[in-house]
Amino acid sequence: MNCSLRIAGALFATAEFSFGQNVHSVANIFRPQATPADSVYNVSMLMLAICAAIFVVVGGLLTFTIVRFRRRKADDPREPAQVYGSNRIEIAWTVIPVLIVLVLGMATARAVVEVQDKRMPADALKVTVIGHQWWWEFRYPDLGIVTANELHVPLSTAAKPAVAALRLESADVAHSFWVPQLAGKTDVIPGITNNMWIDPRQAGVFLGNCAEYCGMQHANMLIRIIVEPPAEFERWAAEQKLDAAVDPHLAEARGMFLSLNCINCHTVSGTEAKGTFGPDLSHLMSRTTLGSGMIPNTQENLRAWIKDPQAIKRGNLMPNLQLNSRELDEVAKYLSSLK
Amino acid sequence: MPSRLHEWIVTVDHKRLGILYIATSLFFFAVAGVLAALMRLQLAFPNATFVPPEVFNRLMTMHGTTMVFLVGMPFFAGLANYLTPLMIGSRDMAFPRLNAFGYWIFLFGGMLLYFSYVAGEGLAGHGTAPDVGWFAYAPLTERAFSRGASTDYWILSIILTGIGTTASAINVIATIVSMRCKGMTLARMPLFVWLMLVVSSMVLFALPPLTAGQVMLLLDRYLGAHFFDTQAGGSAVLWQHFFWVFGHPEVYILMLPGFACASEIIPVFSRKPMFGRPAMIGATIGIGMLSSGVWAHHMFSVGMTASSNIYFAVASMAVGIPTGIKIFNWLGTMYGGKIRFDTPMLFCIGFLFQFLIAGLTGIMLAVAPFDWQVTDSYFVVAHFHYVLLGGLLFTLFGGLYYWFPKATGKMLSETLGKWHFWLLVIGFHLTFDTLHFAGILGMPRRIYTYAPGRGWETLNLIASIGVIFQAAGVACLVWNIIRSLRKGKPAGSDPWDAWTLEWATASPPPEYNFAVLPEVRSSRPLWDLKHPEDPDWRYE
Repeated sequence: MNCSLRIAGALFATAEFSFGQNVHSVANIFRPQATPADSVYNVSMLMLAICAAIFVVVGGLLTFTIVRFRRRKADDPREPAQVYGSNRIEIAWTVIPVLIVLVLGMATARAVVEVQDKRMPADALKVTVIGHQWWWEFRYPDLGIVTANELHVPLSTAAKPAVAALRLESADVAHSFWVPQLAGKTDVIPGITNNMWIDPRQAGVFLGNCAEYCGMQHANMLIRIIVEPPAEFERWAAEQKLDAAVDPHLAEARGMFLSLNCINCHTVSGTEAKGTFGPDLSHLMSRTTLGSGMIPNTQENLRAWIKDPQAIKRGNLMPNLQLNSRELDEVAKYLSSLK
Repeated sequence: MPSRLHEWIVTVDHKRLGILYIATSLFFFAVAGVLAALMRLQLAFPNATFVPPEVFNRLMTMHGTTMVFLVGMPFFAGLANYLTPLMIGSRDMAFPRLNAFGYWIFLFGGMLLYFSYVAGEGLAGHGTAPDVGWFAYAPLTERAFSRGASTDYWILSIILTGIGTTASAINVIATIVSMRCKGMTLARMPLFVWLMLVVSSMVLFALPPLTAGQVMLLLDRYLGAHFFDTQAGGSAVLWQHFFWVFGHPEVYILMLPGFACASEIIPVFSRKPMFGRPAMIGATIGIGMLSSGVWAHHMFSVGMTASSNIYFAVASMAVGIPTGIKIFNWLGTMYGGKIRFDTPMLFCIGFLFQFLIAGLTGIMLAVAPFDWQVTDSYFVVAHFHYVLLGGLLFTLFGGLYYWFPKATGKMLSETLGKWHFWLLVIGFHLTFDTLHFAGILGMPRRIYTYAPGRGWETLNLIASIGVIFQAAGVACLVWNIIRSLRKGKPAGSDPWDAWTLEWATASPPPEYNFAVLPEVRSSRPLWDLKHPEDPDWRYE
């Protein structure tokens, strides 16, 4: 096995790394924490009940038939009675399934409409989600915020409902946005705009994945949705709106960063780094992970990533820039200051 | 020896071509099984580095493409070729040379797909096999994202195997329509032949959209067309429609030959005629028609309108009605019988239970909101493996044990057959029962690795352990076939005391099938022969 993969293995942490946040690491679709996931859950329960009943009846009949009508040694050798069919029975086992389909069809229609045709409240938080090979860009058009891979949304409570309306777009190929505890997945397809919404009622970090195969690193196109009480969300939003921090002690590091190829793909607000191909780095240190949720955002991991992103996330579109160790130190130092 | 090889290469005998199809299908089945085992090895543990990402993506693409186009389709063609003329009392297919052409072009398509391993170039840049997934969603397949030739190998091999399948389908239809023996009315035709007729008709409707889609993709890639090229205004969703207009009927095209085997085996081993024959024929035609109007249930999450989603949801559930009727009629056939548990029947019983579950998870997936959660997750992977492995493969194995004595003149060992069955049952359930739950816990399909802590580790480990049992089961089959070919018990012309015409001739049948073409008076001609006191035709 080649060496770069072993390094990647060593850098992996578990999905639970959290920096003090409450991470809902097991994304069970039967533990919904937002209204769209609830709608799915409710119709799923009816569906499971119907399917379980069918399974018990038909499975039971099958078992009974196999046991009761097995050939026994004591049987007389003649063939059993030759029965060719019965129209009455055929009609019975056609009509009953038709009725089941009608019931389940209506319940399905209601749930579809509940989720898909929901009118967005005027104060819904608008977020544009843009899928890239293999990371997520989140833009808040009304707040003027651009961030990546970790989507912050306010907690919705009975007293103060908060809906986040997501507009899904793709910069390259088809992806799919799936955070199971909050909503079913919606595909993120280039050339069309899809919509979905969430109103999470539980604070913490919800995990999800890209669910449409999108190339080499489809597996590591992870999603983290950070649900926080409105006050905390406001504080986060206020910080994100500011231009990137300028630390006078780091003038040299900053100059180094801005002189390198980094700026062709990355943006750091308030500087000449205005690239849009890769994630916005203006507030990199406010994020808990690197590589689209792949590894924790620590000093060592950040340096390792800049040194050779291919060793960590093979095939990702950030090349190894072949920086020398001084350049590495300075760039890492500068990025670490982007709170 | 060379002359025997020559005989097989130039043969236009439907039986030899049928055996070639099935042997090729079993060969590709073994290859695809190895690919699957490698994927399960990689996924057994979190953060595993046994298989690099680009290799994994090739494995999953090749596994899917192989199983559908190089295993499922040729098995259908093989069964149809071998058995249709025998069952309808004919000396060969209507177009023997077309038959040979179909096989060789199919084989060439399959070889072309695997040749890509030494010749192609994929997403990752270096030369090797296709890596865009078996349904190859646009625009990942456009040249901007898939440089090199690997995707072209995928396109061309599918077009070629499609030509072969179309040739088979035309041939089967022509044979059934024009070559039936005296007295073999459509109403008296064995259910197996009826199903082959329906499948072949479905092939003729379902394959053209796939071929058209592939040609459009080639135009995009090489002649600057923009059908699916979103950067130039093409539509990514258009590809999905083209693919699934083929893809959903395809699922039933794969599945109906399995139903066909079950519909012959279950009556014989229950010692009763098929219960509700007309209902079974009607249900088959119903499935054929309904299944061509439900394709977008593969696309509930692409952002269709609520009304489209509801239509496709209800239409998909409706397919469950004729499918249910089939299960009920098999059950009705067994009810009141004297069931013999020989290996072919064991596989059919396994199929009935597993297909019941597969059908129920299918109904679940038709509930569009539930589908939003579990589509593209391991739940779907588990569902369609329940259909295609637990359902189709079990019945095909049943068919293999049932007709092997006819084709070779040798019985397979019942002991090894039972080992094969039970090991496969255990392995199948270890692997695929657990994967449903991985999907429910949010595990997407087609990921080459995953981090620990998300509740997926144990499920994936169990699923991978299941592979060992499945492989052991298949090893029993291989050994059984080799052993039986060398020193199997002679089968005689009618080892199962069955009722259809293929059992009226020697095993293996002579080149001309029947010395004197038979004449039939009912759907169970051999029953009539064996029970002159109570023949079927008295009740027609």
